[in-house]
Amino acid sequence: MSEYNFAYLNEQTKKMIRRALLKAVAIPGYQVPFASREMPMPYGWGTGGVQVTASILTPDDILKVIDQGADDTTNAVSIRKFFKKTAAIETTELSEQATIIQTRHRVPETPLREDQILVYQVPIPEPLRFLEPRETETRKMHAYEDYGLMHVKLYEDISQHGHISTTYAYPVMVEGRYVMDPSPTPKFDNPKINNCPALQLFGAGREKRIYALPPYTKVTSLDFEDHPFEVQKWQASCELCGTSGTFLDEVITDDKGGRIFVCSDTDFCRKQQSEKFEEAG
Amino acid sequence: MYVAVKGGEKAIDNAHKLLKEKRRGDTQIAEITTGQISEQLTLAVDRVMTEGSLYDRSLAALAIKQARGDLIEAIFLIRASRTTLPRFGYSKPVETDKMELSRRISATYKDLPGGQLLGPTFDYTHRLLESELETDQPASQQHRGILSDQNSIDSTDVKSEIANEEQTIAAPIIPHVLDLLGEEGLMEPPSNEPKDHEPEDLTRQPLSFPASRDLRLQNLARGDEGFLLALGYSTQRGYARNHPFAGEIRVGTVAIEFEPEELGFAIEIGEIELTECEMVNQFKGSEKAPPQFTRGYGLTFGHCERKAMSMAQIDRSLRAEELGEQKTAPSQDGEFVLSHSDNVQATGFVEHLKLPHYVDFQSELELIRRMHQEHDAASPESDQQAKDMTTHEAAE
Repeated sequence: MSEYNFAYLNEQTKKMIRRALLKAVAIPGYQVPFASREMPMPYGWGTGGVQVTASILTPDDILKVIDQGADDTTNAVSIRKFFKKTAAIETTELSEQATIIQTRHRVPETPLREDQILVYQVPIPEPLRFLEPRETETRKMHAYEDYGLMHVKLYEDISQHGHISTTYAYPVMVEGRYVMDPSPTPKFDNPKINNCPALQLFGAGREKRIYALPPYTKVTSLDFEDHPFEVQKWQASCELCGTSGTFLDEVITDDKGGRIFVCSDTDFCRKQQSEKFEEAG
Repeated sequence: MYVAVKGGEKAIDNAHKLLKEKRRGDTQIAEITTGQISEQLTLAVDRVMTEGSLYDRSLAALAIKQARGDLIEAIFLIRASRTTLPRFGYSKPVETDKMELSRRISATYKDLPGGQLLGPTFDYTHRLLESELETDQPASQQHRGILSDQNSIDSTDVKSEIANEEQTIAAPIIPHVLDLLGEEGLMEPPSNEPKDHEPEDLTRQPLSFPASRDLRLQNLARGDEGFLLALGYSTQRGYARNHPFAGEIRVGTVAIEFEPEELGFAIEIGEIELTECEMVNQFKGSEKAPPQFTRGYGLTFGHCERKAMSMAQIDRSLRAEELGEQKTAPSQDGEFVLSHSDNVQATGFVEHLKLPHYVDFQSELELIRRMHQEHDAASPESDQQAKDMTTHEAAE
């Protein structure tokens, strides 16, 4: 029982997933159904991303796994360990060093390069799901480019609240054709997904869908002329590295309302801290 | 002062150590063996094999032990292990009319060819706790020793009795009850698919809707017993009411035949135990089909009678469209039932809510603060409230 095929999956399965990946790259933003397998971690915990990573991984790859932007969140640790065990590959916490980065909920702050692949874990790949629960319907809507429902939803937000009240999993339009869910990354990360030099692959295990954004794909966040898309901004800067303009996590420090803000991307934060230290030293 | 939340790796290692300890429990008490589980918790093993979709008693017993008796966790372990196995091919369809029966009942006929055989069932027991089970019985050298102890019958007698009974019952072919009705033309055929129809396989192809009946049955066979039970129950309480009769339930072993390509003919590669349930349902006829009895089908590994019966009820209710019935209830909605029946998927997604969602929550927090401020600014009493707030804050 202790001997596994390289990266757990058998070669038949990897081939099947690679075929789905190729199709996904050929039709950016289109959700390709694939015969997702049961993985040794629960559905909803990154099985889609894990299957994608397992299928593209080679023994020379250097893998980074993040959850909420951090390398040491428990689920990221668990997935990194899984690949260390089943593929015996090198892992890293440095964004620059990694050839494959598997992520949940964030795009790294460090700009990605052409020789890197970003693998997203996706819980619900269908951007229209909460407007229409039936797969039979949403597939038709994509086929006919019938995205009226989504625009109405965004419009209703504005008429009720004065602004679009979607803060994460903010829908995007891919190359003017498919509306896509960028996975539950905060909308703060949407601009990084656009025209990105790295290949971006999205795996949804439970829902059995794969989709992709080839390098330099045009990805626009849905908005209106008079209500243009904008990202979250913080008054504060990171308590640890002092940087502003990154996505900040709020940390409650006591029970009297005390709170500080720190970078959600731990690797980026550490790099900023050491650069500051060098400048000072 | 802020303490960075580090040490995920160490925390996980420690959690796993604790889990191991908890699994073992009090070391003064002997460790449970997988052999004990597969021999004495047979119905748990059967459920794990069925919903885990892998017929292997010893692996299922191991999974139950490892999962501390959490059957959904055990099913999950089996499914994950199943993933690593390459697919060599498909066996021949099993022939349940050639089943070597350990139980066979029909609620539609008092007596019928092949007879009724009660077999090992809880059905007519009084559900009174048997305190004598509290005392451990030492292992016996004799086969079926416990039976002979209880009934003070010599174990060889029991054995021969069972053997005799099996012989009279296990005639080569026991016809299915529903086929007896079929001969009269009152029962629809078992399947409307052409004979050479290749069944689909949802473990190799993602499920798409509307799903064919073979895919639906595969999904239900792997589906959660509790979910199917509740849905089946709902059809008896008026949600898509369609009164079923338990036409036949049979439990027994069947041979598995496989045809290796290089051989050109089928060979028997083993035996498995199955539970099969065929429900008979009234049907008054519609534009699409004449008045006749209709079928619902359930099949499981091992002895999972409750599951097989619920499955048969839902198989029937999901045929609403095919039979031209009005779709009014959840149990008739294929997309609803099939998308939510798998407990490994369900438990994963529900439990994933335990994972950190700091980033999304932070985004929501920012939005709700902004909307809160806007709300206060817009409402007339907000001025006073806002002043109260500021003075309160200033005081702090």
